[in-house]
Order: sequence, then C-alpha cells, then structure tokens
Amino acid sequence: MNEALTILRTTLFDLMPILAVIFGFQYLIIRKPVPHLGRNLIGLVLVFLGLALFLFGLETALFPLGAVMAEQLTSSEFLPTLAGEVERHWSHYYWVYLFAFAIGASTTIAEPALIAVSLKAGKVSGGTIDPFVLRVAVAIGMAFGITLGSWRIVTGTPLHYLVIGAYLLVIIQTLRSPKFIIPLAFDSGGVTTSTITVPIITALGLSLAGAIPGRSPVLDGFGMIALACLFPIITVMAYAQIAEWRQRRIRARQESPPVRTGHNRGDKPWNSS
Amino acid sequence: MGLLHSLFKQMLSSMRDLAPVVIVFSLFQLLVIRQPLPPHVGVAELIIGLISVLLGLTLFVKGLEIGLFPVGENLAHAFARKASVFWLILFAFSLGFGTTIAEPALTAVAGKAGVVMSDAALIAPELEAQRQFAITLRIVVALSVGSAVVLGVLRILRGWPLHYLIIAGYALVLVLTGFAPDEIVGIAYDSGGVTTSTITVPLVAALGVGLATAIKGRNPMLDGFGLIAFASVMPIIFVLVFGLIGFGGGA
Repeated sequence: MNEALTILRTTLFDLMPILAVIFGFQYLIIRKPVPHLGRNLIGLVLVFLGLALFLFGLETALFPLGAVMAEQLTSSEFLPTLAGEVERHWSHYYWVYLFAFAIGASTTIAEPALIAVSLKAGKVSGGTIDPFVLRVAVAIGMAFGITLGSWRIVTGTPLHYLVIGAYLLVIIQTLRSPKFIIPLAFDSGGVTTSTITVPIITALGLSLAGAIPGRSPVLDGFGMIALACLFPIITVMAYAQIAEWRQRRIRARQESPPVRTGHNRGDKPWNSS
Repeated sequence: MGLLHSLFKQMLSSMRDLAPVVIVFSLFQLLVIRQPLPPHVGVAELIIGLISVLLGLTLFVKGLEIGLFPVGENLAHAFARKASVFWLILFAFSLGFGTTIAEPALTAVAGKAGVVMSDAALIAPELEAQRQFAITLRIVVALSVGSAVVLGVLRILRGWPLHYLIIAGYALVLVLTGFAPDEIVGIAYDSGGVTTSTITVPLVAALGVGLATAIKGRNPMLDGFGLIAFASVMPIIFVLVFGLIGFGGGA
C-alpha cells in the first residue's frame, strides 16, 4: 500500500513540469481556452494511471527480466567447465551475445514507427531503397550495437573507444551518403530505444557487469543503449550507400553515358510527395 | 465507446511491442537454460508486472494522444508562427525540460544509476541518497534537452548547417570524456539514448516542423529532425560536465 502511494506520488511529480509548461503557456501567454478540455482531461487521467502502472511493472517485470537472464547465462553451472585455474575466455559467454542480439533484432524489426518511416524512405528514394531491407538494416544495427555492448562488458573494453570509432564512422558516412538518408539514419537511432527495451537492456548490462569477475557495474555496466543508438545510424547509411552504388552500376550498364535523374542524389525535399 | 475501441487498438499495439521480449525470454528459458527460475524471481510476479507494463503503456500512450499531444502541438505551431523570439526560446526550453522529466525510460535508467553509484560508494548508501542522485541526474538531462531544443530552434531560425553542429557536439563529447570521472561516462552516454522516446519526440518534432513550415525555404523533415539529433548529443555533454563538477576529474 505504501509502495503504491510512493509510485502515485512520484508519477505526479514526473508529470508536473510538462503539465505546467503546456497549460501555463496556453493560459498565460496564448490566453485562449483549450478547445476540447474535457477530452484532454480524460487523456491526462489516463496518462497518470498509465505511467504509474508502467513504473510498477518496470520494477516487478522489466528489470527482473533483464537481470535474471544475465544471472542465469553467466552462472558457473551454465557456462562450459573450466580445466584448472585458467581464466574464462570472452567467447565462453556466447549465449549472452546471442540473447543480446535476439532481443535487439526482435524488438526493432516490428517497431511500428520504423515501418512507417521505412515506407516513406522507399518512396522518396524512387525505388533505390527497399523498405524491408531498410528495416533489416536498422534491426541489424541495433542488435549489433547491443551485442557489442555486452561483449564490451565481458571484456572490460573502455566504452569510449567503441564510441569514438562509431562517431568517426558516422561522420565519414554523413559526408558521403545520399543526402535524403541522413535525417532518416539519425532518426532510426532514436527509434530503436523504446520504453520497453531500455529498462531490460539496462538491467541486463548492470547484472552482467556484476556477475563477470573483475567487472564493476558502475564502470562497465552502462553503454549498451549508447551503442544501440549509434549502430543503426551506421547500418542505414551503409545500406543507402550500397543501394546507390548498385543503382549507378545498373544504370551505367543499361545506358551509356549514365544519366542522373536526381532522384537518388537526394536533392528532393523529404516529404514532397 | 470510441475511446474504449481506440484503447483496445492501442492495447494490441502495446502487445506487439511487448511480444518479442516475452517470446525471446521464454525461448531462452525453455530451450537454452532449461532450469527453473532462481528462487528470488516469482513467475506470478513477472506475469503481474508484464500485465502492468502492458496496461500502463496502453493508457499512457493513448492518454498522451488525446490529452497532451493535441494541446502541445497546437501550442508548438502557435509559437512557431507568431511568437517573438524570446517567448519562442522560453517555450522551446520548457518543452524540452518538461517532456524529459516525464520520460519513463529516463526514470528507469536514472533510478538504476542511483543504485549503482551508491553500491560503488560514490554516494551515500541510503535510499534517500540514491533517489536524490536519480532526480538530480534527470534534472541535468532535462536541462540538456531544453538547451538542445533551444539550439535546434536557433539553428532553424538562423539556418546554421546541421552536420557541423553535430560534429562539434561529438568533438566536445570526446574531449569531455578525457576529463570526466570514468564512473560517469557510461551513464552519460546512455542518457543520450533514452531522451528521444515516448513523450519528447512527438512534441519536440511538432515544434520543429511548425517552425520549418512557418519559415520560408526550410525543409520540415530535415529541420524537425535536427532538434531530435541535438537532443541525443547534448545530454552526454551535460552529464559529463555534471560528473566533472560533482565527482572531480578522471583518474
């Protein structure tokens, strides 16, 4: 009962700022009544109840789900037995990497926001971009990011080395990719980290860092989300580059000299359709 | 009845979001681990928790759609079209700040960060200290998103090129990483990924699209996106600085 009250109180605290901003600006600066106030108030009650329920489920299901997987997949009964006193090799944790990959790929591939965006991208690219392949590219990027993040936790590789490497790749690709894909690529980095996946991945990483000898949660446990956001940017731009390159080769073969239609150079505005 | 019907539809979509997680987890339990769950994890509790997540997310997203987004979007368009630069900037900052405080994914990560920091003896071991750290972290991230939205709005107004700003942001992140305490780096990098989630993106994007449509010669898609891109780099910078101030330089 006490716990429920705490959750309700923190939920109210969480929502206060945005409510103050929206309704404060509406009534004090714009000074116009809200057209469907009754309906909006019903919505706000739903927001409040929903957030409270979600925060409760976060503690009772989402965190434990990630933590228990890390615990089970790193327990000494589960891992291959060691001969003598040798230290464990990072490859012994292959089920951890597989789990990370599976969670990343499965939660991303069917993401509704991603489906909508990829269909649009297919249209804008004039057929160069296949929406389904694009979705696969995002899912692979996300899954690879989390897998790399779990490998990093196992080996203790400093996070910023990986992030620097990824940043450099992103910068180089940004300068060389077809222009229309750049906003989409950066957006896809944000699409992958949903409200459901973030807590599970966080708990997975922290428990992993707690379970692996020589790792500490505070130094090694975070970073999976950062990598999960970065790698879709890389795979999406890579796919666009490959698609454009293939298109150019096909055209060069069909008609010489090659004609640039301007379609896949991306100087078309994003939503001009 | 319209509300119930749309709630039901929203529930189906929440189910689809949750299904991959449940399926992957169950498959691993049944095929790979093949052992009962450890005694501290109750199956009944997990199921109750998952149902709460399902219902909670359904009500939350639907509630946002009918309660907050219409008002917020109207406001964003109104400010984008007619307001003075001063009010526009103030609104942009407040919008970024307010939406980020309410973002559930950030609540989750900040809560865990508080526990981990206290386990590592960087803050006091009491529950109160953990809560304090979590709230401070969320406020720092919210301030950073507020600033990111302001920067994004200024960029749209002035027409600054996006990729130079992003590259400058990346460079700043790298420099700060060299100075910040190692314990904050992971938390900082992750906080960049959690800000662009359920509440922030729709409202901030509405502001960007509204502005880009109101100003001649701007591309709504490109400029709307710029706001979001800043909102994922700026938190890293702010949290690294917060670590530098709060916990001293790196080892």
